[in-house]
Amino acid sequence: MAGESSPPDRRALIALSWVWVGAPLCYGLYELVLKAKQLFTG
Amino acid sequence: MSPPVAPPGWSRWLVPPAALSVHLSIGQAYAWSVFKPSLESALDLNGTQSALPFQLAIVMLGLSAAFGGTLVERNGPRWAMTVALICFSSGFLIAALGAQTEQYWLIVLGYGFVGGIGLGIGYISPVSTLIKWFPDRPGMATGIAIMGFGGGALIASPWSAQMLESFGSDHSGIALAFLVHGLSYAVFMALGVLLVRVPRTEKPVEDGPSAFEGVQVSAASAVRTPQFWCLWIVLCMNVTAGIGILEKAAPMITDFFADTSTPVSVSAAAGFVALLSAANMAGRIGWSSTSDLIGRKNIYRVYLGVGAVMYLLIASFGDSSKPLFILCALVILSFYGGGFATIPAYLKDLFGTYQVGAIHGRLLTAWSTAGVLGPLIVNWIADHQKEAGKHGSALYGLSFMIMIGLLVIGFVANEFVRPVHPRHHIPAPQEVADGRREQPA
Repeated sequence: MAGESSPPDRRALIALSWVWVGAPLCYGLYELVLKAKQLFTG
Repeated sequence: MSPPVAPPGWSRWLVPPAALSVHLSIGQAYAWSVFKPSLESALDLNGTQSALPFQLAIVMLGLSAAFGGTLVERNGPRWAMTVALICFSSGFLIAALGAQTEQYWLIVLGYGFVGGIGLGIGYISPVSTLIKWFPDRPGMATGIAIMGFGGGALIASPWSAQMLESFGSDHSGIALAFLVHGLSYAVFMALGVLLVRVPRTEKPVEDGPSAFEGVQVSAASAVRTPQFWCLWIVLCMNVTAGIGILEKAAPMITDFFADTSTPVSVSAAAGFVALLSAANMAGRIGWSSTSDLIGRKNIYRVYLGVGAVMYLLIASFGDSSKPLFILCALVILSFYGGGFATIPAYLKDLFGTYQVGAIHGRLLTAWSTAGVLGPLIVNWIADHQKEAGKHGSALYGLSFMIMIGLLVIGFVANEFVRPVHPRHHIPAPQEVADGRREQPA
């Protein structure tokens, strides 16, 4: 409809927020994999 | 405080990271053991004393979730996340003061009491909002958040250990580590406070189901229904069975294969514990999402029924095959995580979204009970079997049989779950207007 502004593009905010929580989680998972490997090598 | 309503075009995919920022933070509680050896040497404490802040925090988690749930529903997720942020972070700051001044009671008060309130309010803060944003996939949505609680310990455990290594394990080093934790978690959780929004319409997804579809039951009415108590038993039994493995995982795998040609070393046992954590986390998101496809009652049939079979396999053949033992333990732990993550969606199916966060908070008392029951059973029986001269896998046989019994009780309780009787429903506005039903007080 004319005159109705479209909502702002929030893709960057979505990406940033997922990186915010995803980065520490990846660090935790990486450390977990290092430790779990000991089951097969330890 | 009125709940923050989403502006037009707000994406629902901004809500899971908001929830995760809180759950990944408060999940740190399960990494408390990292601080124990340093606290014991710096403040001359024994093991029981150094566990006190964690134990009090878990008690406060249960109490604040049970009694604060209605406030969370009334004031909205932003209020709840703010309270969680303030309590959890200031708990660390008080604990830092306690460590610096060598006043241990301040650490117990800060981390255990104040921080524990943050855990309880934070745990339930995003549940209701996520279910309202994802009425088409409530299991997946709550699974993401509750997976974060499991993931929190994975992050905190190496991070805290590295910090103690850098700052030192004396009282000043511990104080500095607590201070950095408090400030870092405040910044990290702020994302949740800033991002969380409640949907502006009942249908956050076009052509999707309404968030308020189906029956609606208040928290006060829900606790008077047999369905609530059936689910309480289901959760309590499922968690007890999971803790039965989790509590003694490292000594258990060592004992099981001590007399074989392939004994398990200490570092391999630590690897086994890490693998169990991964299964716990994967189960939270994986099984909870599966429940959206096969239904909540069916998924709990799997958790409890297949879980009992897994315990039976370990008890019967576990000491003859290491891969079988590991596989069964991983499946049990994935069901443990799945049970936690699926319960909010099960509550939504039975009681609607009206006060699902508050009902969830009350149900978490089952977790507190299981947290005492599970370790008690396994440790008490293992100690007595040892006194009776048994060793190896024989130390755990009786515990496993008890776990199977508990899972069967949970299975039966799940079978008793039926739709809630209409007398407990909140009447629709039209019914009240027509005089067909009275609005409950």
